[in-house]
Amino acid sequence: MQTSVDTLVVGGGVVGTSIAYGLARAGERVVLLDEGDDAYRAARGNFGLVWVQGKGLGNPDYARWTRRAATAWDRFAGLLMEDTGVDVELRQIGGMTMALDEDELVRKAADLGALRASLGGDYPFEILDGSAVRRLIPQAGPEVLGAVFCPEDGHVSPLRLLRALLEGFRRNGGALAAGSRVRHIEPSGGGFLAHLVGGGTHAAARIVLAAGLGNRELAPMVGLSAPVVPNRGQILVSERLRPFLSHPTLYVRQTGEGVVQIGDSKEDVGFDDTTSIDQLSRIADRAVRCFPLLSQVNVVRSWGALRVMTPDGFPIYQASTAFPGAFVVTCHSGITLAPVHAHALTSWMRGGPEPDEIRPFKAERFNA
Amino acid sequence: MLDGDPLRVEAGQPLAAALMKAGLSVFRRTPVSGAPRAPFCMMGVCFECLVEIDGVPNQQSCMVEVREGMRVRVQDGARNLEATR
Amino acid sequence: MNISTDPGSGFTHDVIVIGGGPAGMSAAMTAAEYGCKVALLDEQPRPGGQIYRNVTRAPAALRELLGPDYQRGSGLAERLQRSGVECHFDTTVWDVGQDLTVTAQCHGRSTQLRPRQLIAATGAMERPSPIPGWTLPGVLNAGAAQILLKSSGTVPSGATVLVGGGPLLLLVACQLLDAGARVAALVQTTPTSNLLRALPHLGRASLTPSYLAKGAGLLQKLKRAGVPFYRDAREIRIEGESGVSALTFRAGGTCVSIAADAVLLHHGVVPNTQLARLLRLEHRWDDTQLAWQPCVDAWFETSLPGLRIPGDGASIAGALAAEASGALAALGAAAAIGRVDCSTQEREARAWRKLLRKHSRVRRFLDELYRPPEWLVAPPDETIVCRCEEVDAGTIRHMAILGCQGPNQTKFFSRCGMGPCQGRQCAITVSQMLARAHFKSVQEVGSYRIRPPLKPIPLGSIAALASPSVSRSACKEEFE
Repeated sequence: MQTSVDTLVVGGGVVGTSIAYGLARAGERVVLLDEGDDAYRAARGNFGLVWVQGKGLGNPDYARWTRRAATAWDRFAGLLMEDTGVDVELRQIGGMTMALDEDELVRKAADLGALRASLGGDYPFEILDGSAVRRLIPQAGPEVLGAVFCPEDGHVSPLRLLRALLEGFRRNGGALAAGSRVRHIEPSGGGFLAHLVGGGTHAAARIVLAAGLGNRELAPMVGLSAPVVPNRGQILVSERLRPFLSHPTLYVRQTGEGVVQIGDSKEDVGFDDTTSIDQLSRIADRAVRCFPLLSQVNVVRSWGALRVMTPDGFPIYQASTAFPGAFVVTCHSGITLAPVHAHALTSWMRGGPEPDEIRPFKAERFNA
Repeated sequence: MLDGDPLRVEAGQPLAAALMKAGLSVFRRTPVSGAPRAPFCMMGVCFECLVEIDGVPNQQSCMVEVREGMRVRVQDGARNLEATR
Repeated sequence: MNISTDPGSGFTHDVIVIGGGPAGMSAAMTAAEYGCKVALLDEQPRPGGQIYRNVTRAPAALRELLGPDYQRGSGLAERLQRSGVECHFDTTVWDVGQDLTVTAQCHGRSTQLRPRQLIAATGAMERPSPIPGWTLPGVLNAGAAQILLKSSGTVPSGATVLVGGGPLLLLVACQLLDAGARVAALVQTTPTSNLLRALPHLGRASLTPSYLAKGAGLLQKLKRAGVPFYRDAREIRIEGESGVSALTFRAGGTCVSIAADAVLLHHGVVPNTQLARLLRLEHRWDDTQLAWQPCVDAWFETSLPGLRIPGDGASIAGALAAEASGALAALGAAAAIGRVDCSTQEREARAWRKLLRKHSRVRRFLDELYRPPEWLVAPPDETIVCRCEEVDAGTIRHMAILGCQGPNQTKFFSRCGMGPCQGRQCAITVSQMLARAHFKSVQEVGSYRIRPPLKPIPLGSIAALASPSVSRSACKEEFE
């Protein structure tokens, strides 16, 4: 026995829930298939940045797509609040990437300058020197030589966001099938059957693959490709502190609850999502140099999580030509892109025009 | 010293025990709701007995022994970096 | 801490023991006897663990009051001092790697040690008792009250009510009486039906009669002292504003309210599995002890080769059994690195195994008799479950309805388990509540994933472990 719905979304992370929420809000009948408690879940190890600066180096389309999302965030947060009563704690007053050496800052400035030129000059950022950084963030340490500041950057609570998306999805009539791992997808009669591990099948006219690292196995079943690999990031989380840090930075941010998230490491270690002292201590060392007053602050937790990366780091948004109605979506920046995933992307999936910015992001680019 | 007032207690016992004996009933107010809390497990697993010791907040008073000249403060809500700087 | 590393092997020690309770002390001394280079690390300033807390310093009168079971610890601690084991107290282990590298902090500085074999004797902690009002000042675990007595001779002031079930509850009540506390009532939550569960195991338990005799003695003493007893109590609430004022409950069909200045809770003890979970060891949910247990073999080796967990950290069996299992773990470790041959190992193990059997016989009877009531993991909606982040039972149930399959999802959605106690006080409750909500076994639901640091430690202490070469390369990260 199976009931058929309009769309099956495979993957209950930030990407999958954003899409499922958008589709349900548009009035579709949607079933969201989500794995169990022990899934890899990049969403769970998220840093929560809504980040523009540096996104799309060498790829102006990605920069445009990112900015479109960032400028839509304020309305999107309001919508989630209206639908669910959950405040996702969006603060978009500009963010910075601090630099501890001169070369680093010069290189970043040059990169962003080139990106600005490729976008016809429309790309907001400033290079701040050390004293300008300390005027904005007095807690920055003396070793901070400067920073890249982008006024469109911000952050949200990734925990609250995922919860709000899921609540919003359900309040708009969406159905969550939790604990469902898709074993096989079978194109059938113009639609799709998703067979689950341990039995059970879901049927729909359309299927959207947003299963993160799972997309690699699933995409070929519907004539698509997603050559994604894991890339590990580690994060340290502090005890709660009174608010002290006004702006998010690429490595250190203070959440609405007051805890400080400290992170960013990039390691190619396969499916190992454990933490390692060498990375944690490196991350801690950098944070203490940027913010010496954090030295005595207690670290309560840490995380290792796997990013979902394509060979060039840019997304894949693709509709299957062999099996119309099947889509694959994979990207690294699920938080930043949530508003466009919920709206522009889902209206394309429902038959609307494909957003210009995502036309280049097809898997064929990896075939060369 | 407890919150600036001198306190005479026997050394070599857990700070939490000494403070309770001295009549301290609320050790801190939580950073979440401001609810009052006091020692609960006495063995370092519940983190309810947190106090500020010698200017460093969020120390487990059940795991630290009383020393001569210790300056102890009860805590109100989350740690304040500006105050300890 | 001055530690030298053998340049050839990269190991600092043959055996490292974490925890200075009966299992840890016994393991460390036994390993040293077989010629192993041993270090023992413990968070406390002196050996003893919780059961023998402060035993090396407690005044004679207090030792007398606490009885011969407690005094046994002094002998162990004295032998440890003479054993040649390198002891590091005031030392907090905050990470253990899959290669058994131990990262520990002592006096604000972190150090790394690497043993060939690691014995984690991390012991037990009291089972959380999520009852409305259990976060109020003046509510303590019964074991905590015993620790206060051991470590400073203090008893709670004013009317003291003990609530729960288990041998420790009776013991603490008696010790507090002796020490001059005002024990206003003993409110037992043990369901009467437990007696039927326990009876089939009485025969085996009576083969080691000392335990049963002790229990009967405690009960008699409390009765003689005129302490009011309540049985099969339920719907318990602890009342008060900024501290305990009263306890209300229903027992035998009537509602009871008792004025109280202190409430002591106890529903047995459970293995402290933080380190075992950090290393993602295989665990099983024991449906008799209602607790997670890391899976161990006859030499207490876990699913991670070279890591052994003896004592109450593996399965609750008490101090004397812990001493025996600690020795067996040490024999396993010494054999694994070639310090004893197989036949010696087996021969030496015989006496320890006999002791372990002797002290384990009473277990099943006690576990069934004092099995916590079902309602303990079905608290009213407004009951705080996660004490740190103040997440209540209603929220956990809502998370289950929202689709959370396990505790890691509820953690992400509600912050339950994210606070400084790192889930120690809510893990079991959350897993049991989710199992009930989803009609699954606790084993299927699973438990929190634990990450370093095992105890909160300052960022600067972690940063200090970064080597200069590593931190330099950190500055060369790429833009996303």
